[in-house]
Amino acid sequence: MEQQTGTFAVKKGLAQMLKGGVIMDVVTPEHARIAEEAGACAVMALERVPADIRANGGVARMSDPDLILKIMDTVTIPVMAKCRIGHFVEAQILEAIGVDYIDESEVLTPADEANHINKHLFKVPFVCGCRNLGEALRRVGEGAAMIRTKGEAGTGDVVEAVRHARAVLGDIRRLTTMADEELMAFAKELGAPYELVKETKELGRMPVVNFAAGGVATPADAALMMQLGVDGVFVGSGIFKSGDPARRAAAIVKAVTHYQDAGILAEVSKNLGEPMVGRNVSQMPEAEKIAGRGW
Amino acid sequence: MKIGVLALQGDFAEHIAILKRLKVQTIEVRLPEHLKGLDGLIMPGGESTTIGKLAVAYNLMEPLRAFGQRHAIWGTCAGAIFMSKDVSRNQPLLGLMDITVERNAFGRQVDSFEADLDIPELMQATGTKDSYHAIFIRAPIIESVSGDAKILASVADGRIVAAQQGHLLATSFHPELTSDTRFHEYFLSLAD
Repeated sequence: MEQQTGTFAVKKGLAQMLKGGVIMDVVTPEHARIAEEAGACAVMALERVPADIRANGGVARMSDPDLILKIMDTVTIPVMAKCRIGHFVEAQILEAIGVDYIDESEVLTPADEANHINKHLFKVPFVCGCRNLGEALRRVGEGAAMIRTKGEAGTGDVVEAVRHARAVLGDIRRLTTMADEELMAFAKELGAPYELVKETKELGRMPVVNFAAGGVATPADAALMMQLGVDGVFVGSGIFKSGDPARRAAAIVKAVTHYQDAGILAEVSKNLGEPMVGRNVSQMPEAEKIAGRGW
Repeated sequence: MKIGVLALQGDFAEHIAILKRLKVQTIEVRLPEHLKGLDGLIMPGGESTTIGKLAVAYNLMEPLRAFGQRHAIWGTCAGAIFMSKDVSRNQPLLGLMDITVERNAFGRQVDSFEADLDIPELMQATGTKDSYHAIFIRAPIIESVSGDAKILASVADGRIVAAQQGHLLATSFHPELTSDTRFHEYFLSLAD
């Protein structure tokens, strides 16, 4: 009875356990405790939330392992951490300290402008961002065991997450109506591995779990993404940049569970205090947008 | 037969997909009224703290306990934790089974694993000889069973990973992540 660790089923399996849940960005052990108490299914441990990364400018890198370890010691739910796109040594370090998931994230400054990490080489699973189905399946081809939309992190504006979710789910709907002989041309058009395009058609969904991220700030935003068809939601700056983080966090958790029940959504949306201020993506200079990072 | 799947958080869709393959009518359970008319309930994998908090917030604790007195319930991983009496930390538990559980007992995600298990009751009930290939994700173990609870399966080092108490079932692994439907068939035989 041999035990096998680090298999794709096990990597993908943890993401399946996160489904229907909310993963929250936290920058201190105290935040992590508030997130767990509110019902988060996992936390993303980092030094600065995306809104502050934007405000501070400069190069954004992997967080201090000591901070991540302190957060791991504080909560019993899974702890994720971010590394830069293509920075496989940051990923090795995060694996060595035992994080449960690595986000190879466009929110940090990319370390490689041509290649992402070969994620098959790791025992720890990876989540990656995408704007469309081709980008999602390229990441799965590299070994990602979970996908999220990129949205536009740190803005509190859900419009880009909606755009990316619609692009991914719309392409899957198109794919399911295609004849088999059309798949190679579609794979070429998407720039995605043929086998994964074929598998996506057969499953009628992405072969790995697919979350929304980037701009979710309210319970209604979270339920919107769920009704569009994602499996769960990441909330970054939206919680701890708001007036009453504990209350808002708990409300977003309830909104993701009861995403089809408008009565409950109305109830949980009441008296949440100030939302994060937010930035309108349509008025943002191209150079400030980060969703374009990743290839 | 109509089987509910607790859909507060976790991989409930995976359980529903297997039940559909077995031609069983299913319903997602998020509120107490969804338990009406069900012959059995599956509580999926997920985060037990999240599931517990949502069950408390939407007044499901007592209705679930009452349901378990009369009907079959099966908890996988987080669901098994939720069924237990004690997990050595403060979180909402149904306490339906006489088992104590240690959460994340095998370590963190990098220690999650797959392994083949010998489960005599399962093989006998389904008339098969193959061992059962089980997937463990940040899995708990069943530290102890008492009262009417019985051990159903253990891993090679002897730690308990499945238990049964009458029509109640707890597994620390995830049959819903495999294509082997035997565990679901076994559960349906308890619900019948």
